[in-house]
Amino acid sequence: MQYAIIGAGPAGVIAAETLRKTDPQGSIVLIGGEPEPPYSRMAIPYLLIERIPETGTYLRHSPDHFQKQGIEIRQDRVTAMDTPNRRLTLSSGDGLQYDRLLIATGSRPIKLPVPGIDLPGVHNCWTLEDARHILRLAQPGAKVVLIGAGFIGCIILEALAERGVDLSVVEMGDRMVPRMMNQTAGNLIKRWCEAKGIQVHTATRVKGIESRSGPGFLKRVTGVLGLDAESGSANALGVELDNGHRLQADLVISATGVQPNSEFLKGSSVELEQGILVDNRLRTNIPEIFAAGDVAQGRDFSTGGHQVHAIQPTASDHGRVAALNMAGTDTLFQGSFNMNVLDTLGLISSSFGLWMGVEGGDSVEICSPEKYRYLNLEFQEDVMVGATSLGLTQHVGVLRGLIQGRVKLGQWKDRLKRDPSRLMEAYLAQNAVL
Amino acid sequence: MQRSLHIDPEKCTGCLQCEMACSLENEKVFNIAKSRIKVFTFHEEGRFVPYTCTQCDEAWCMHACPVEAIQLNKLTGAKVVNESVCVGCKVCTIACPFGTVNYNEDSGKVIKCDLCGGDPECAKACPTSAIAYIDANWTGLDRMRSWAARTDTSARA
Repeated sequence: MQYAIIGAGPAGVIAAETLRKTDPQGSIVLIGGEPEPPYSRMAIPYLLIERIPETGTYLRHSPDHFQKQGIEIRQDRVTAMDTPNRRLTLSSGDGLQYDRLLIATGSRPIKLPVPGIDLPGVHNCWTLEDARHILRLAQPGAKVVLIGAGFIGCIILEALAERGVDLSVVEMGDRMVPRMMNQTAGNLIKRWCEAKGIQVHTATRVKGIESRSGPGFLKRVTGVLGLDAESGSANALGVELDNGHRLQADLVISATGVQPNSEFLKGSSVELEQGILVDNRLRTNIPEIFAAGDVAQGRDFSTGGHQVHAIQPTASDHGRVAALNMAGTDTLFQGSFNMNVLDTLGLISSSFGLWMGVEGGDSVEICSPEKYRYLNLEFQEDVMVGATSLGLTQHVGVLRGLIQGRVKLGQWKDRLKRDPSRLMEAYLAQNAVL
Repeated sequence: MQRSLHIDPEKCTGCLQCEMACSLENEKVFNIAKSRIKVFTFHEEGRFVPYTCTQCDEAWCMHACPVEAIQLNKLTGAKVVNESVCVGCKVCTIACPFGTVNYNEDSGKVIKCDLCGGDPECAKACPTSAIAYIDANWTGLDRMRSWAARTDTSARA
């Protein structure tokens, strides 16, 4: 059996390893588009604060890990797919035949459609290459404008602040992390950041980015001085906001969300919506083609519908289940579970499942704004369906256990409504550990 | 033979010596807030329940780790955090449905029970044998594990 995997992120790597365990004889080729060994984007913030070297981001630390497992890694990109003949065309010109294919191409940053987004000094924070640019430009005292206070924006806030930059954040939503945190929690995170000296503009859009001296002029000056355009001039960029403000910047980081890497499938017969539609075995509409991770739109545990959940645990679950099915071990996927944990300048937040609540459901919350502590639980009848927390670091995973285990709370629902912090007790009591 | 922690809540008096012993062994301080085993109190039922990682086979924490910082100790069966590799991303703390992986703000890393390398201090410190370290087949962990299987996002067809 010849297996091909497109994409060397967590989904692709876990799939390759699972294939090897399940089918010791099969040939496995893992195609990655970036020059580095498979690495974790999740670890980039820790690279930015120089807690780890680049090698610390690698998904597998032993240099001969893949070779030992008989997994061939190729740096290349897929340019065309011939599905009837089960053949990929690669940008190197090579072809690759497969019996089973996994598409795990992940996602990429959404490019904000404003003038100046391609100027030197404007970067995403997505790849190791992006991280190198940020490490170079985010020097102490540098003015940095971060566009987007979503998950990625917030997770790199701390790194930027620790680097001693002068930071401003611009978010179009009415609070920070609007797709992960409710109004109360999102606003508390905003207040926390402001108290730490960061300028936060919510409900604000970027209209455009300009090179202060005009791109031509800047290039000439820096060219004469023998500098590259990016490091050539202090506060070389101007960021124009729709609230009338204009921010000076040495570095602009764009973190305005991600979208699945599925363009190369246009014109193929693989069915797409927001991502590649997959069934409960992670199979696409073409029987020998599977999809996993950020690019896949699979079953959502909470709603039963199909959703793209661009998070690490989903990538890892998808990769494993897809590989088992590819190798012929029939395995059902029960649905991905939406959950996130975020550390914004030391304020730890998390949300789970249907944190925004459900119609006809009820909820309880406790809030100590002065301590930046918050806990919200959402229920449907006597089952918890979602939760949001701020400042909770102990036993936080039990929120997943209670929600995803669909634990019947019985009398513990009332107890939780009186004291939401008794999560572990509720879980232990209702799972007959008591 | 692999052994595991057997917990018998009926014997627990809530003395918290397990928490003290755990904190001293692993964090070198008497600070129950840093214990990896935790005694939960049930006033209504008049009961104390010590609880920690069951070293479950699903190993949600280990599979969710993006940088391979949690690994299986093949001798003890424990899933062990390698502090030098952990970047502190906390994904394991939300992935563990038992709530037994915690973030330690002082170290910027996560902590969980590692069975003290095969000689758990909590069991040794327990004066009533509410916590015992015994042959894995005898423990009541099976019911916790069967629950773990119920929440498995990828139950076998």
